[in-house]
Amino acid sequence: MSESVKKEPINWNSAMKEILSGSVTRTLLSVILGFAVGAFFMIISNREFLQNIGYFFADPLASLRAAGDVVSSGYGALFKGAVYNASAATFDGAIRPLTETLRLAGPLIAAGLGIGLGFRVGLFNIGGTGQLVSGIIWATFVATRMELPPVIHLVVAILAAIIGSAIVGAFVGFLKARTGANEVITTIMLNYVIISFFNYLLLDNNLLQGATAGGYTKSDPAAETARLPALLGESFALNLGFVLAIVAVVLYWWLMERSTIGFRLRAVGFNASAAKTAGINVNATYVLALGLSAAFVGLAAANQALSSTGGVTPTSHAGIGFDAITVALLGGSSAPGVLLAGLLFGAFKAGASAIQIEGISPDVLLIVQGAIVLFIAAPPLIRAIFRLPPPQTTNMLTALKSNLFSRGAKR
Amino acid sequence: MKLELKGITKRFGTLVANDSINLVVEPGQIHSLLGENGAGKSTLMNVLYGLYKADEGQILLDGKPVNFSGPGDAMAAGIGMVHQHFMLIPVFTVAENVALGHEPTKKLGVLDLDAARAMVNKISDRFGFDVDPDALVEDLPVGVQQRVEIIKSLARDAKVLVLDEPTAVLTPQETDELMEIMRGLAKSGTSIVFITHKLREVKAVADKITVIRQGRVVGEAEPSAETAELASMMVGRSVGLTVSKKAANFGKVVLKLDRVSVLDDRDQRAVNEVSFEVRAGEILAIAGVQGNGQTELAEAIIGLRGLQSDSGEISISGLSGKNRSVRSVLEKGVGYVPEDRQKNGLVSEFSIAENLMLNGSFTKPFTKGLGIDFATRTEIAEKRVKEFDVRTTSSKTPAGKLSGGNQQKVVLARELSREVELLVVSQPTRGVDVGSIEFIHERLVEQRNNGKAVLLISTELDEVMALADRIAVMYRGKIVGIVDAQTDRAKLGQMMAGVAV
Repeated sequence: MSESVKKEPINWNSAMKEILSGSVTRTLLSVILGFAVGAFFMIISNREFLQNIGYFFADPLASLRAAGDVVSSGYGALFKGAVYNASAATFDGAIRPLTETLRLAGPLIAAGLGIGLGFRVGLFNIGGTGQLVSGIIWATFVATRMELPPVIHLVVAILAAIIGSAIVGAFVGFLKARTGANEVITTIMLNYVIISFFNYLLLDNNLLQGATAGGYTKSDPAAETARLPALLGESFALNLGFVLAIVAVVLYWWLMERSTIGFRLRAVGFNASAAKTAGINVNATYVLALGLSAAFVGLAAANQALSSTGGVTPTSHAGIGFDAITVALLGGSSAPGVLLAGLLFGAFKAGASAIQIEGISPDVLLIVQGAIVLFIAAPPLIRAIFRLPPPQTTNMLTALKSNLFSRGAKR
Repeated sequence: MKLELKGITKRFGTLVANDSINLVVEPGQIHSLLGENGAGKSTLMNVLYGLYKADEGQILLDGKPVNFSGPGDAMAAGIGMVHQHFMLIPVFTVAENVALGHEPTKKLGVLDLDAARAMVNKISDRFGFDVDPDALVEDLPVGVQQRVEIIKSLARDAKVLVLDEPTAVLTPQETDELMEIMRGLAKSGTSIVFITHKLREVKAVADKITVIRQGRVVGEAEPSAETAELASMMVGRSVGLTVSKKAANFGKVVLKLDRVSVLDDRDQRAVNEVSFEVRAGEILAIAGVQGNGQTELAEAIIGLRGLQSDSGEISISGLSGKNRSVRSVLEKGVGYVPEDRQKNGLVSEFSIAENLMLNGSFTKPFTKGLGIDFATRTEIAEKRVKEFDVRTTSSKTPAGKLSGGNQQKVVLARELSREVELLVVSQPTRGVDVGSIEFIHERLVEQRNNGKAVLLISTELDEVMALADRIAVMYRGKIVGIVDAQTDRAKLGQMMAGVAV
């Protein structure tokens, strides 16, 4: 009789669990398939191939050769633009693409960890963008409106970004705990609110608008004392942001796998009513989880606000809040998974321009990303394509038994 | 239409949910299927409705064998089912819901809502349902929604209507109205299978009663049968339980309830001014048929469920107050074995070791600063697995992969190994194999002998009689009486039916 008769419209939890229970194999296969889909679109959007297709039956080899050329030049350019440029004159030039990948991966990893933390607790935080922007606001305020000694200024600015983001997350958690408001809705709505607020701040000289911005929505550049220092000298853009992301990965791993806090977070994520029965305050856990989730996003905000020498604009969030959802999904919300997924997506971003130089639309990379997520989110599809055995048949049996024993006659 | 089930057997793995069940429902008969939760009633009806395929046995309609591969077949053959949780679309009107799946259409496939409306009105008038075909389902009270479900079945010419725990979601008045409707339907020739565990309703409305227990038909009865007789049939007497107990040595009062009232999920008063005490070194058993407020009582004691504003207090070793958090109760020295271990007792994705620390994540020995003390946890887990005879290859096995009995041992291992003064144990042996039952019983008596106060809540009369020092019988939210453990079965049965002795 303790079974609640209240109706639950969408069971995010079980849907999430299904998606997140993906094995490493399936993830790798999804990535491969994603690349295959990308290759398909490269081919059919290639002019040479399209011209030859008319003669396909006369000279099929020519068509196939054209197709092969497109794909290899496309993904070759991606490698060249994102990992190692063998044709560069200097060593610096050769590894520059890799440093760019790392630079762009940093915030994706940090934010991906944040969204992943939410997933682990059964929460779908779509508010990465809003939380990120809030963090940028706070960090920008500290970096452009305060004068502090070196190092301290940077530390304060980073903390400001983390707190600025975390507050938004915790607020969403508070709404959920207090009123039952679905975090999916509130986070989406807060995205709009916070972005508009950011715009407003950037339009007023007395607020965050830069002295030289004219009528544009742009801040002053971050004070030099508050800027993330370069890692490999000034000729590379790679800065401390990536190191912070790696620290975040380790911290996340410890938090989720080794700490008692993570234990409670996971318990609530898997079975909130058992957690409640075990004395865990489920509502407080929601607030904490969304706060922590956003705190990791805040690290990405610090990276965005404190990296550029040109000041921040309304687009400084660079879509990281949404990309992070993909990264978290691809990485299965585990620390190493998110690290690898973040690197892959960083590579996509870094390689986009190189691929464009080859005459291939960089949108192909978005298709690859989209396809990967699609395959990951549709496990039965992947299973069917690769003829994998259905997972956890025993679990289904236990579920059946549990129904019989504990809810038996009430179904 | 005459419905016959012959030798229906349904197995899930090693579990036999239905063991060669025979059932005959005559035309126009209200046939009540009585049994505890988990007895196999719903499985049987799901076999009938084509949701499960029976491993053995036959279904006959008017003497002809039928074979259903899905609910569609069953419906076409004239079987209607009203589930406990309604299958209605809240934003559709009554007429739209009734039409759904069998929509009457005009030319070009235009929906003929007038026909649907007329159908609703026809059935509604005939049986006095008083349902407005244009009302939105979400605006209707639960009792009326249920009538819509019945209309749905009747609109498809159901000759046999299965009502699965129909009164579980109804208020007492709505229940009375439903019974009126059932009588009317039966009079017009519809056969009704009425699944329930509530004795009062069975006696009020059934023409014939079949009692099911642990997947088997344990007896048939006429509605004129004594309630006590039905109750004892339902809870059974097949497991021979003997636990050697030394004489009780009562200590101080550990748990004290003073006129405690609690609401259930539907805001009905489930526990009504209940008072009792449990002393150290004693097992007090709460006996009673399922659904008489025991669940809510246990949840209130643990702090999972708030007390009503006009309620008295629960005090555990001096801890009282209306807003006790679950954690404060557990830390005060209360061990809790919830009745639904899958839902409330365990995290099935967690390993045995993780489950053993589920309520120990705040304090030593499982913690080391903010971290988990993995070495100690593994050590403790290995020890508990041995000590409590959990059959598993490793303490890293997810709890969900264990059998029911072994899962229960994990819960018990967690709760009995803590420093507790009071144990609240709900249905400790439900769905547990016979070997584990004995083991669990011995452990509970051991706790009592060690001077712990034990509150045992069980619907198994044998269990109650074997373990208890005193027995409190609960009926419709009230304690009918508290008697000593030597009280005879017949008298307990009467009390379980609400007769104060």
